[in-house]
Amino acid sequence: MSEGAVRTAAQPLAAGGAAAFLRRQWPWLAALVFALVVPWFSFDWSTGRHSGFIVSMLSQIGISIIFALSYNMLMGQAGLLSFGHAVFLGLGGYVTAHVVNATKGGALPLPLELTPIAGALGGLAFAVVLGYFATKQRATAFAMITLGIGELITSCALMFQTFFGGEGGVSTNRMTGRSLFGVGYAAPIQVYYLIVAWTALSVVAMLLLTRTPLGRMANASRDNFERAQFVGYDPRMVRFFQFALSGAFAGIAGALYTLTYEIVTYDTVAGPMSANALLMTYIGGVGVFAGPVVGAVLIVLLQSWVSLLSNSWLVYAGVLFIMMVTFAPMGLTGLVMMHQPIWRAGRLGRLIGPYLRLLGPALLVLIGFVLAVELCSFLTIGAAQGKSFTLSRITIDPRGARPWLVAGLLLVGGGLWLRVAMRGFGAAWNAVTEEVKTTGTRA
Amino acid sequence: MSVPALRLTDVKKSFGPTAVIMGVSLDVAPGSRHAIIGPNGAGKTTLFNLISGRFPASGGRIELHGRSIDGLPPHEINRRGLSRSFQVTSIFPRMTVFENIRCGLLWSRGYKYSFWHLVGGQRVLNAAAAQLLADVNLEARRDVPAGLLTYAEQRALEIGITIAGGADTVLLDEPTAGMSRSEADHAVALIRRITAGKTLVMVEHDMSVVFDLADVVTVLVYGQVIASGPPAEIRANRAVQDAYLGAPAEVS
Amino acid sequence: MEVLLVSLLNGLVYGMLLFMLASGLTLIFSMMGVLNFAHASMYMLGAYFAFSVSRVIGFWAALVVAPILCGILGALIEMYALRRVHRNGHIAELLFTVGLAFIIEKATQMAWGLLPVPYRVPPVLDRALFHVYGSNFHAYRGFMLLISILMFVAIWLLLTRTRIGLVIQAALTHPEMVGALGHNVPRVFTIVFAGGSVLAGLAGVIGGNYLVTEPSMAATMGPIVFVVVVFGGLGSLAGCFIASLIMGLVQTFAVVIDVSLADLLARLGIQVTSATPLAEVLTMPLPRVGALLPYLMLILVLLIKPRGLMGTRDT
Repeated sequence: MSEGAVRTAAQPLAAGGAAAFLRRQWPWLAALVFALVVPWFSFDWSTGRHSGFIVSMLSQIGISIIFALSYNMLMGQAGLLSFGHAVFLGLGGYVTAHVVNATKGGALPLPLELTPIAGALGGLAFAVVLGYFATKQRATAFAMITLGIGELITSCALMFQTFFGGEGGVSTNRMTGRSLFGVGYAAPIQVYYLIVAWTALSVVAMLLLTRTPLGRMANASRDNFERAQFVGYDPRMVRFFQFALSGAFAGIAGALYTLTYEIVTYDTVAGPMSANALLMTYIGGVGVFAGPVVGAVLIVLLQSWVSLLSNSWLVYAGVLFIMMVTFAPMGLTGLVMMHQPIWRAGRLGRLIGPYLRLLGPALLVLIGFVLAVELCSFLTIGAAQGKSFTLSRITIDPRGARPWLVAGLLLVGGGLWLRVAMRGFGAAWNAVTEEVKTTGTRA
Repeated sequence: MSVPALRLTDVKKSFGPTAVIMGVSLDVAPGSRHAIIGPNGAGKTTLFNLISGRFPASGGRIELHGRSIDGLPPHEINRRGLSRSFQVTSIFPRMTVFENIRCGLLWSRGYKYSFWHLVGGQRVLNAAAAQLLADVNLEARRDVPAGLLTYAEQRALEIGITIAGGADTVLLDEPTAGMSRSEADHAVALIRRITAGKTLVMVEHDMSVVFDLADVVTVLVYGQVIASGPPAEIRANRAVQDAYLGAPAEVS
Repeated sequence: MEVLLVSLLNGLVYGMLLFMLASGLTLIFSMMGVLNFAHASMYMLGAYFAFSVSRVIGFWAALVVAPILCGILGALIEMYALRRVHRNGHIAELLFTVGLAFIIEKATQMAWGLLPVPYRVPPVLDRALFHVYGSNFHAYRGFMLLISILMFVAIWLLLTRTRIGLVIQAALTHPEMVGALGHNVPRVFTIVFAGGSVLAGLAGVIGGNYLVTEPSMAATMGPIVFVVVVFGGLGSLAGCFIASLIMGLVQTFAVVIDVSLADLLARLGIQVTSATPLAEVLTMPLPRVGALLPYLMLILVLLIKPRGLMGTRDT
């Protein structure tokens, strides 16, 4: 599927030069322009400052995009499920922290803009060492080895002081006074633009990697490792190289993390960070190159906004994840791609009605579910923390029966209505796809 | 004969207590077309799996051009010049037809695990792939995902991938299985053309294909060779008739 | 000497508890090919259900009710969710159980709060059973051992003496063949999944008050159980049993043996000072590294002998 997109973009300069290039790659270019411009939408002209919240969130998006794309080098492209990918982000971060500290101390005249290279090298080195062992296996055994490695490194990060700084982690100061462009990096917005630059670089690099012999054979080994063997490739070595390179890019993300937060602790190598990569990549979609980008943007946005309103972001993320695994394993971009043939046949309009009919019941179920979750949360956790459940000046008491009844009603009623609407939608979908197929063959 | 392309000496294979191959010895002359026939369960595909390194033999020796390949992993055997097709079509279903063939070429053209060449811009590579595509008559389906091809097209593609790497010893496992008469005829013509000058070993059930294509026929029954020789000889062999081919029908 | 004996007994008890957990997972993994990340979550739910139920109708009733609740939950999950996801492939199944484990942890936090709950050993068992070299052997440990042994015998009888048990044994090593022979494999799967959940729940009921009952107990226990399953090998309950005991003993003794690599090197005449490279690693005493051991073992087993001790198939 990504084949088509990859191939059309594979002949950028060969067919029609710059104009053709622009026509094919406009989504990426538009995204880049948007990324450059967007902090200014929240710029406070009276104080002359950017919104700290927005810049922080945007920086996180940039880091997450690199991280998720590097994860998809394993998951989507090589078919390797890793539970310990954060190890390379974190280790890249730790290495960068030490390098920046060394630069500050005068030992290393490295401009700050180039410090992510240290992160890349750190991530690469550790990925080579750890990957040598992990890639001896594939599928479930590989996944379990990465789980073990992840937990092992996390424990090490907590225990050992010299490299990891123990529980306190390693702090650093990004204002080293060394810069290629004479920038001080005191302001977060400056770090943000550095992140944009490195994100763009990493995206291009990882995209080009998919078009190399290694990238192609990673896909091939994923789909049919026996056939890959019989075209002369050792699937183990393919896995190994792919693993090493993905570690390098994760290290870049880690370096940018260090520069943004100026501290690296054990949670950068721990399970939840690895789970985050899995979440973003899977929800965005593993089959399309841009999938993890979409996933990263969406998850960071949701996380930032939902966390402002609720304690239960993780619950929602978990439920979203399970829904995707069960009903849409191809991810959001995969779902969009499923509409492509319908759109090409000009019949997308036929689905607008069915989708609208889904909207009502879906909203009811969503509201009911959120209500139930928040009620639970406030009943136990919130009560312990002394918080109360307020919705724009109305206080809801989770100990009363009424809110629960409302939630239950919304869930059950909305759920039943949704089932009916889903059946209608399914019928409409099948009808349209049938039409597209028959007209397709006629044409 | 000079050094045989492939030599099996008393090869044995058991799965647990079950002996599947019981002492098979076989010489395949370079450049010859060698067919292995026999009833189902005789161990023909197992023999292929042993030769191609899918699993190790329980005993005996296998030599490719005089060098032992016992215990070598499949990719190593492939790099030494032996390639195979599979009974169940084995291609890369998510890639286009062109990509499939190109992947078959990569190693033999020296690209190895390169992550610094862009395959799109490799002129010689792409020209060779296009040529191979034409050889297997799949030019019209160049950009179609391989999983969407018809069965016969997929078989043709697989043969293309099998010889793409330039292997001089080719193993084809039931290449015409499941094909109609005309499809099989096309496949045979393709195989004949494309394996010219190479050593061909194939497992086949279709006797017309065997007697059309093969120089030497080996008959395998219950893991043992019961006869080996030119097709006419095999056809007339009593033991082979009893075990497999059957006597010419008498019309009364 | 007394430390040795006490640790031996403790290790045995812990090992049997692990076996209760790991046996269910081995059955599920071997038969269905699904590495059920949510298995340890059933352990946790067993403990929590027992806590809540025992506050209403007492510990002894909870001993029966809580595992049954876990079994019902397991059956529902298998019938309505896992079967659907099965179509999407092995990785999707694995990810589903990962997500499920996560949600169960969050739901537990929401239902019972973030802090450990006071799930206590029943007073009648809360005393010393006998004395060993001056230390007490706690009666509850004896009870745990008793329940584990009873459960072990029950499983053994079920598998060897009943028809369904024979089918399960066959499906352990040759799941596709069993289906081809006409057995109702989906129903067998549901029974195995539910049965595994019952076992895990039971382990939680008796382990939760012995250890601690808190929302992260599944995440702590999970990897240890994986090691046991992988170590014992796919398709072999005997291997699982041996591996459980070994794991129990290793974990118990690791806490007790206060030795570091530096100490061992000193015996060989090599002194480790603060200037020695990796000094921090070498001077770390074993008890502190104890939490690492399961993961280290997991990696080593998967690299060296992926089939485990007595496995019949590859992971």
